[in-house]
Amino acid sequence: MKEVILIKNGELALKGLNRRTFEDMLIKNMKNRLRSLGDFTFEVQQSTIIAQPDSEDIDLDQAVERVGRVFGIAAFSRAAACEKDFQKILSCAAEYLEEDLEGASTFKVEAKRSDKKFPLTSPEICREAGGYLLNKFPHLTVDVHNPDITVNIEIRDTAAFIHGRQIKGAGGMPTGSSGKACLLISGGIDSPVAGYMMAKRGLSLTAVHFASPPYTSEKAEQKVHRLLERVTRFSGRIGLWVVHFTEIQENIKDNCPEEMFTVIMRRMMMRVAQLIAQRENAGALITGESVGQVASQTMPAIACTDAVCEIPVFRPLIGMDKDEVIDIARNKTDTFDLSVLPYEDCCTVFTPRHPRTRPTLDYAEKAETGFDWRPMVEEAARTARLVVIG
Amino acid sequence: MTLRGYFDNSATTRPCEEAVNAVNIALRECWGNPSSLHFKGTESERLLEDSRRSVASLLSCESEEIYFTSGGTEGNNLAVFGAAHKLRRNGNRIVSTSIEHPSVDEALTQLGREGFEIIRIKPDSFGRIAEEDIISAVNSDTILVTMMLVNNEVGSIIPVRAAKRAVTRAKAPALIHCDAVQAFGKIPVKPSQLGADIVTVSSHKIHGPKGVGAIYIKNGVKILPRAFGGEQESHIRPGTQAMPAVAGFGAAAEAIGDMKESLERVTLIRDHMLKRFEEIGGIRINSAPDALPYITNISVIGIKSEPMLNYLSSEGICVSSGSACSKGKRSRVLTEMGLDKEAMESPLRISFSRFTTKEETDRLVDAVASGKSGIRSK
Repeated sequence: MKEVILIKNGELALKGLNRRTFEDMLIKNMKNRLRSLGDFTFEVQQSTIIAQPDSEDIDLDQAVERVGRVFGIAAFSRAAACEKDFQKILSCAAEYLEEDLEGASTFKVEAKRSDKKFPLTSPEICREAGGYLLNKFPHLTVDVHNPDITVNIEIRDTAAFIHGRQIKGAGGMPTGSSGKACLLISGGIDSPVAGYMMAKRGLSLTAVHFASPPYTSEKAEQKVHRLLERVTRFSGRIGLWVVHFTEIQENIKDNCPEEMFTVIMRRMMMRVAQLIAQRENAGALITGESVGQVASQTMPAIACTDAVCEIPVFRPLIGMDKDEVIDIARNKTDTFDLSVLPYEDCCTVFTPRHPRTRPTLDYAEKAETGFDWRPMVEEAARTARLVVIG
Repeated sequence: MTLRGYFDNSATTRPCEEAVNAVNIALRECWGNPSSLHFKGTESERLLEDSRRSVASLLSCESEEIYFTSGGTEGNNLAVFGAAHKLRRNGNRIVSTSIEHPSVDEALTQLGREGFEIIRIKPDSFGRIAEEDIISAVNSDTILVTMMLVNNEVGSIIPVRAAKRAVTRAKAPALIHCDAVQAFGKIPVKPSQLGADIVTVSSHKIHGPKGVGAIYIKNGVKILPRAFGGEQESHIRPGTQAMPAVAGFGAAAEAIGDMKESLERVTLIRDHMLKRFEEIGGIRINSAPDALPYITNISVIGIKSEPMLNYLSSEGICVSSGSACSKGKRSRVLTEMGLDKEAMESPLRISFSRFTTKEETDRLVDAVASGKSGIRSK
């Protein structure tokens, strides 16, 4: 008996002529994510992708776990593949789902027949298989409305597939199908969640982190590596650009009004990130900002930072409460515990005592004339160091 | 990165050659299980007992009073819980200080939840504990007095001896435990002189390997184990001994040398360093003048610990911030000492070992001075 993973893609079915491209992308993403476990052969049949391990030694538990984190999948299941011979299908169902059936007290059979040449119709398959299983597992009773377990039998072109439980997929769209964007990541709770959410909408990620030694430590950067590693489980490989930001931050501190430190710092960060994004062919920036969360994320402050950007800035957390973000960080990305490690990061260096919460663009522009930042911004983008994560 | 100065010896020390060799031999040759009956076992058992004797000798006690553990944290937990649970029917009070290492302090918090009355004596502004306070804290209901001999953050020396007097005077049924991790190998730690029934020590603070330590339990004193399932270490700490580390610990203890001579040399270096800090100005010394010279806590006023520490690290010089980290988590010891806000934001712990030289200390002072002028204050 061969075991495979049956994958139902999500929104893909809606995308008309692009469907083929999206499917290819989804398969490519799955291949990448499964590669270290061994080789799989992928096959598309109707709206289902079948992933079949090339060797029996492949750890399918691990594979299922990883498929569960690939975006663009609505649902999937582990299934036994079997020859299209009804007797064989019956014994395969009894054997493959034995443990589940032993543990259940009610069941039903559902059948799907896309190979119309198969001699039995779907209702006939259900009836026959139900009778067979009742006979084999006499403790069971049939419950068509609320069964403990549903035995699914799918008769497809190449084979029959038998599976029990369907597992909910990660949803979203295949990473990369919407293009690439550049995530600004500090090391806090928000940015990994923002990256995760945009990857879910089909964006592949590149990332920018600002390091300000000696104000920030090597550990703060390592923390970002570890955070992104968790995000790559969903998004696939991420190129992280580490920007040396000390000079710019010291100059802000020395030459700009204190109440504007953070706003000006964020404007500088956006400028550097934008240069890197252009170099990387990324079409947008992503930040973890949420309106009103801190002084630099009030609407006027965001307006000031936005003003320096020529490409869109995606802020998927913009309308979320902190506890909603934490919920995702805890239960989806699994980044919360890492995020709260207490290292100083670029955003906590030189925080003003009384930041201005309603800065005007005029004032921000005037406030940053205190030093010649243009060459510094270009230098920072040019000398950024690439670390490949995942 | 080249190491140009190592001043974090209270966190861990560089293993000495003798210890490295002993670990190597234990791994390559003497790898038997010391509990086995065959010759590989006896060979290891001999090494185990030799190491025990070496540690006992440094503590001036009998080797059967030494029980190997995995290190200071396990030792302190074993001592504090083991004593409290053993004596829980004899009384309910435990006397300690508010500047203990977390492995004692958090164990006490747990015992507090179990219903014990925990008394934590507060220090003065230099982290010192007054003898009178110890005497008055111990009553006839006291079953355990647990105090460190040298504070790990500021180097203050705690008058543990007063505990014995207090217990005798109050006619308390108490055992006395001393966490001597920071004192061990630097000043004589003699349980009999300290009046201690249980003493915790650790290997990697005396140039031995990590993962091993010991507790001394005075002959005749009984405590309850925390783990069960083996006869090793007389049932007090079951589990096959970590022989390579134990052998390294023994060798490190043997290699300590003349503690008095090392202390005199380290004192001179410390005094030289303090004089230079005074010349630079703007540096507050948080340690007491009579603190153990191996540990000095300073605050570079206006420069937060983390950037200074990172800067020194980029110069090849290692110190500790004394507090766990920035972002609000402050040193409990310094808080208890009542340091002002400025000093609280910028503490650095400079901890020496017997191998510390004047030259590397000068490099440290120079780097602190250049950090002080280069780093933007908050």
